[in-house]
Amino acid sequence: MIRLEGVCKTFDRPVLSDVDLVVPESCLFGLIGPGASGKSLLLRMITGLMRPDSGKVTVAGNDVLAMGDMQLHEYRKGIGMLFQNNALFDFMTVAENIAFPLRRLFHLPESEIAERVAERLSRVDLPGFESRLPAGLSGGQKKRVGVARATVTRAPIVLYDEPAAGLDPVTSQKIFDLLRAEQRAANATVIMVSSDLDRLLTVTDRVGMMLDGRLIFVGTTDEARNAADPRVYQFVHGNVDGPL
Amino acid sequence: MSAETSSASSPAFAGLAQRANEWLGVVGGFGVLLVEILRRTFRRDFDRSEFLRNLYRMGIKSMPIVTVTALFTGGIMVIQAAPIVQRYGAYGLLGWGAGFGTLREIAPLLTALMINGRVGANNTAELGTMAVTEQIDALRALAIDPIGFLVAPRFLAIVTTLFLSTIFSDALALVGAAYAGLGFLGVEPAVFYRGLTTGLLGFGDVAHGLEKSVVFGVVIGLSSCHFGLSTKGGAPGVGRSVNSTVVASAAGIFVLDYLLSFALS
Repeated sequence: MIRLEGVCKTFDRPVLSDVDLVVPESCLFGLIGPGASGKSLLLRMITGLMRPDSGKVTVAGNDVLAMGDMQLHEYRKGIGMLFQNNALFDFMTVAENIAFPLRRLFHLPESEIAERVAERLSRVDLPGFESRLPAGLSGGQKKRVGVARATVTRAPIVLYDEPAAGLDPVTSQKIFDLLRAEQRAANATVIMVSSDLDRLLTVTDRVGMMLDGRLIFVGTTDEARNAADPRVYQFVHGNVDGPL
Repeated sequence: MSAETSSASSPAFAGLAQRANEWLGVVGGFGVLLVEILRRTFRRDFDRSEFLRNLYRMGIKSMPIVTVTALFTGGIMVIQAAPIVQRYGAYGLLGWGAGFGTLREIAPLLTALMINGRVGANNTAELGTMAVTEQIDALRALAIDPIGFLVAPRFLAIVTTLFLSTIFSDALALVGAAYAGLGFLGVEPAVFYRGLTTGLLGFGDVAHGLEKSVVFGVVIGLSSCHFGLSTKGGAPGVGRSVNSTVVASAAGIFVLDYLLSFALS
């Protein structure tokens, strides 16, 4: 279970205000909201990449903010993350990018690494792309390589920041279906930030909505679709008229 | 009147104080980064394959530009010395004159400036691009230490590259000087060589230049890694960081060269 309590963060203005969030174990949780509402920041706090000014972040009973370097190192081994810009390493091939966490963290035999890389590439529809460099891939292909890298360690917690940004609708739906299947297969706890609500809501168990640094809604996917809060309803349905 | 002067000077003072504060922050950042790098170096907690990869990229691939710089530097030293050598007929001292300035000063300094422009700027651009495209964060998220994996190997490769390039540059500059002496003054290379080795120049002069090269390497390595890692603001931010690296490293090289010239003498 991922739990955030009273999380606040201020840069030149407050960007997170008193956020309380609980993501149950084995849940696929969709985090939605307008741009710059603090969604990506929450993911960074869960991974320990950024510390809140106040509040508490607890993952599987462990206080992330109280962890030292060694504990944080071990904790992050259990997290897969896809960044908004994919964050593929430019100087590595596709295969090296995907194999990187396996080689560096788990020291698996090369034969097993090659097998898992080939399996991941086949799952994201990129077989034969092993020796390509990220600079030679399209946006969608980079995104799929990022997904392959985020899921290759079979981590119990996976965080996706805009997994379908820049993809065409068909590929986007395929990616969401793939991520759902991966989550079920690994029984992982997943938080997915996405602006592609039409497709995101086809795979989520629960949904939370951020607005101006506050978590204004948490509920099931159906509850989000029929939300009483006009801001949530307008955002989920993409209506032009409304309070937003 | 005094109130007017005070109100006019206070924004200027505030601006000055802010600049001083920024520079203190940069110097502090250099110090913290150096401690982190040295800690990993002494614990051998850095990526050796990245070190070798960077040594090849930075060192071997800099050889052409170092070669051209060194050969012409030696030639320039002779051209500058030529009028005096001819006026006093001191052809036997040409080797000493060219060697003294080249080994102690010009070869380490110009090699450092070339490596700063080629390797330092490139290193900042790479680290800066990695910072703004979240690759550094991705390393942290993958439980991999960016200092041990990226920064320490690059820093060590830069220091090693500059040290080895300076040795190479010393030798080539003397070759360039010897053949410029033959071309412009008719001084045989053997006479030039005797001027180098008759006791006026010693290993201390070579060591003087090499000690400087290590310090210059530390300046370029720290500066390029610090400004690269602290890059913000997309492509314009990368440009600003590269600019800061080149300027700060060059200024640092000249200031430390001045101080080291006193200290090592």
